[in-house]
Order: sequence, then C-alpha cells, then structure tokens
Amino acid sequence: MITIAGAGLAGLACAYELAQRGAQVTVYERGETPGTGSVARFAGGMLAPWCERESAEAEVITLGSRAFGWWAKVTPVHRRGTLVIAPARDRAELIRFARRTTTHRGVDGVEIGELEPALAGRFAQGLFFEQEAHLNPRRALRDLSAKVQQMGVEIRYGTPAPARVALDCTGMAAPLPGLRPVRGEMAILHCPEVEISRALRLLHPRMPLYLVPRGDGYFMIGGTMIESSSDRAITLRSLSDLLSAAFALHPGFAEASVVETGAGLRPAFPDNLPRLSEQGGTLYVNGLYRHGFLLAPAMAEAAARRLLQETSDEDHRERRTA
Amino acid sequence: MKVYGTEIASRLLLGTAQYPSPAVLAEAVHSSGTEIITVSLRRETADGSGAGFWESLRETGCRILPNTAGCHSVQEAVTTARMARELFGTPWIKLEVIGHSDTLQPDVFGLVEAARVLSAEGFQVFPYTTDDLVVGEKLLEAGCEVLMPWGAPIGSGQGLRNPDALRAMRAHFPDVPLIVDAGIGRPSDAAQAMELGMDAVLLNTAVAKAGDPAGMASAMALAVEAGRAGYEADPMERRDMAVPSTPVLGLAEFA
Repeated sequence: MITIAGAGLAGLACAYELAQRGAQVTVYERGETPGTGSVARFAGGMLAPWCERESAEAEVITLGSRAFGWWAKVTPVHRRGTLVIAPARDRAELIRFARRTTTHRGVDGVEIGELEPALAGRFAQGLFFEQEAHLNPRRALRDLSAKVQQMGVEIRYGTPAPARVALDCTGMAAPLPGLRPVRGEMAILHCPEVEISRALRLLHPRMPLYLVPRGDGYFMIGGTMIESSSDRAITLRSLSDLLSAAFALHPGFAEASVVETGAGLRPAFPDNLPRLSEQGGTLYVNGLYRHGFLLAPAMAEAAARRLLQETSDEDHRERRTA
Repeated sequence: MKVYGTEIASRLLLGTAQYPSPAVLAEAVHSSGTEIITVSLRRETADGSGAGFWESLRETGCRILPNTAGCHSVQEAVTTARMARELFGTPWIKLEVIGHSDTLQPDVFGLVEAARVLSAEGFQVFPYTTDDLVVGEKLLEAGCEVLMPWGAPIGSGQGLRNPDALRAMRAHFPDVPLIVDAGIGRPSDAAQAMELGMDAVLLNTAVAKAGDPAGMASAMALAVEAGRAGYEADPMERRDMAVPSTPVLGLAEFA
C-alpha cells in the first residue's frame, strides 16, 4: 500500500503511474472534490515545451515531450499548435523569442489569417509551433481522478493525510528547503463572437499574454509571474494588464464577460525545475512551477519507479535478514 | 567610488528582475562581480510576501539597493521607500517616480519632491533622473549625494541616446557620483558610459534577457572595467584628418 498526500495534479499523476504498475494506492486530499485545493486549476493547460524553452532550461523539452501521449490517454488533447504573435512595434520581442526557441516556423499575415481567421489583417508576423497542444486543466483533473479511481486507487476527499506518507504532493504546503511561491493570476472570459481555436501568445515587453480556448466561447487568459506568497484575489493592475492585452489581441474581447478571476501560488525551486527529493522517509514531488501539465507525467513516472524500486529493495533486504 | 560614505569597488550595479530563474540570477550576479543589486519592491509584495525570493538575494552577499519601481506618485514612492527600509534594514533607496507610462520617463517634479521628503527622513536617495542639469541641481539641493541619469528608456537597450548631455553632466557635477541607470543594451554601451567619465553603470534587462545571462554579466563587467580604464588613461581627441604614425616626408627613394 502506497499513501499519497494531495490529490492535485502531481498526486493524481503519481497515483496513475503507481496504479499502472500494479501498486495499491490511497490518496488523501483535504479538499472535497478533485482539484479544488490545487493551483493546477488556474493553469493555462498548454503543452508547450518549445515555447517554454524561451525562459526555461532544456529539461522542459526532454521531460515535457512525453506529456502529449500521456494526457491523450486521460483527457482530450487539442493538438493545434501554438501561435505566437506581437504588435508591430514589438517585433523585437518576436525576433528574440524566435532566437531562444526551436521547432517553430515563421508565419506572415496571410498564414496567420488562415490559421486563425479572427486575427486576419491584425498581425503581420508570427511564429507557429505546430507540434504543441492544449488541454482543459479542470476537465483533465476530473478525468484523471476518475481514471485512477477506475484503476482501483482510493481517493479520500475531505481527509487530512496521516503524519507519515510514502509520497508527498502537497505543493506549497510541503516543508522543503528552497521551495518558494510564484504568484500567478488569470481570468476566464466568455466571448462567443471571437473564434480562436488554439493557444495564442501575445508578446509584449511589459504585459505578455497567453490565451487558451476552453470551447463554447470561453477563454482562459494569463498569467502573471510575481515573486510573492500572497494568494489574495487578482490585483487591479494585473487584471487591467491582462484585459488590455486581450483587447490588443482582438477588439472583440471588449464585449467579453469576465466570468472568473483567480490567483494561485506555483511552487518552485531556485532553478524553476521540478524535483524528486526524499526527506524523513517520504518522497516529495514538487516544484512544478508553471509547467505542471507539461512535466507532471515525467515526474510521476520517475516517482513511481523510485517508490516501487525502493519497496522491492526493502522486501529483498527483509527477506534476506528473515 | 564612494557613495554616501561607502567605498564600492565594482562599478557595475545589477538589477534582479526578469531573470529566467533565481538560480540563473545568482549565477549572473556572481559572474558580474557586482557588490550592489537593486530589488524592485512591487507594491503588492511590500507586505513581505516576496520573502522567499528576497532570501535568495540576500544569499548573494551583495548590498541591496531597494527601488520604488512602478511608483507613479510622490506618495506611492515615499510609502514604498519606507516599507523598503523596514524590510531590508537599509537607508538606501533607488528613487523612481514614473511620469509617463509608455517611456517610463521620470516625473522629475515628483522626483525632486520625493527626494526632499525622503532625505529629511534620513534616507540616502539614489534618484533615477533624466540628463537635465537643472533637475540634477535640484536633486542635490534636496539632499541627494548621487545622481542616476538615464541613458535611454528603461529596458529599451538603445544605449546612450544623448552622450553629449551625459558629458555635460560630468563637467557640471565633477564631484558627484554619476551612475547611468537604464538604456544599456550591449557591453559597448556600458563601455561608452564609462569612457564619458560616469562613475558606474546600473543595468538589468540587458543581462536578464540575454541568451546567456551569466555570460553577458561578465561581458558587461569587462566593458565597465575597460571603459573606466580608458577614461582614466585620458583618451586622445578625434581628428578629421589622418595623422600618420610615421613621417611622410623624406622617404628613401629606391627607383
């Protein structure tokens, strides 16, 4: 029996990998429903390792490339690529982004209009990361928790974890040295008159924006990166930046309803890469930062291998001494 | 260089925003050899909620120069400065009062007023200002002992847009430490500022947004050192005509 603290993204992904290898798993979750206490529900849900390489270490690509197939077994994955664009005066941002990344091709105004007709005539240059994808984070958390339960994993909602667990996936609640919160803020818009079918990134030196379609006229926009441990509601400054950037993307968003705003704390280590670490007999999966959906599968696989390997070593030793 | 009675060996000051990660930032700080790093106190983290990040800055061992980046009024800047003093335990404050949201040009009227208020409260103010001589004088009257003129708009990487104005500042304020703050994009820009006789250079984006921040930090350090050495060595003046280093008359004829 393997016990896990936390049924957020990391906890559920680990439960999946463990159950897949035949382990008996119990997950303890303080919240009452899948993902309520998880910062992952504020995520964009972009599977965009090549775009992320702009500011992240190369591991986001090596670890992130398996996320597409992994998630496709659990929840709908929209493999429509990422379109990166910039207003005319910020072309330098586009040049910089192109230099820092790979696996993209330059697109002109005509191609941008072919990819996303709503943007026709609005942007003259962009980058298309054809292999990237997006998913709906909340749906993915629900689908993943249903899937692991089908596989025999027991999730105890509304139940604090026992003092000692095999695997801790509690994000910012974990007592790990070097772990720090990076505040992120987002909003959800409802705007049926603007049709966009793939993840967009609008580059801007001061207020970069990503927009991810959620279907039925809903869009998620995000996301700020603030070195702060405060999870108070989104600030006026951040919200007005996000909304102005959305308006710059398409003036039709002026008529959007802002149906939700959110703020959460991403757990991160100093290099902004996730880590497996062991402390007091518990294995910790943490530091997924802004790459939760992208890197959780790889981290969960590594955690499962390590836990099951160690258990069998332990058994072996015990058998020998017996 | 001596600022507010403190002797500083490195003439490169580094900002700490926009790095890909705190680990990359720490590497860049290390390879720049800087002794002073600036820290932006966004008003929303001024309640101390940025502690995790600030702890990693303290670990660099550098002296911290908190700034009032993003403040648009005297009141905001003064409040932020007071919070910074409490949080970081230093009387130093880099004073920014932004007057224009597109160019982030300083509001020099608000700047002088805020400098006066803060100096009276015992702060040691490092004002981010334009290259205007009259504003410089008013800032000194307000109690500042250092001036930080811009080279170009913040984060623009345009280099020194008005070297003549900076040269005039040097001539006009021969004994005041002058630190070029903002606009440096490449090592040659930093070297140029130092050749003009500036006492130091403060930069952030040029390093943080480089492909290899640590590599750029050390390139900037070399440029600052070279520019300063060049200034101290008293460079030659430019001339329009060629001046051969060997005589043109009296050459031996072999024909």
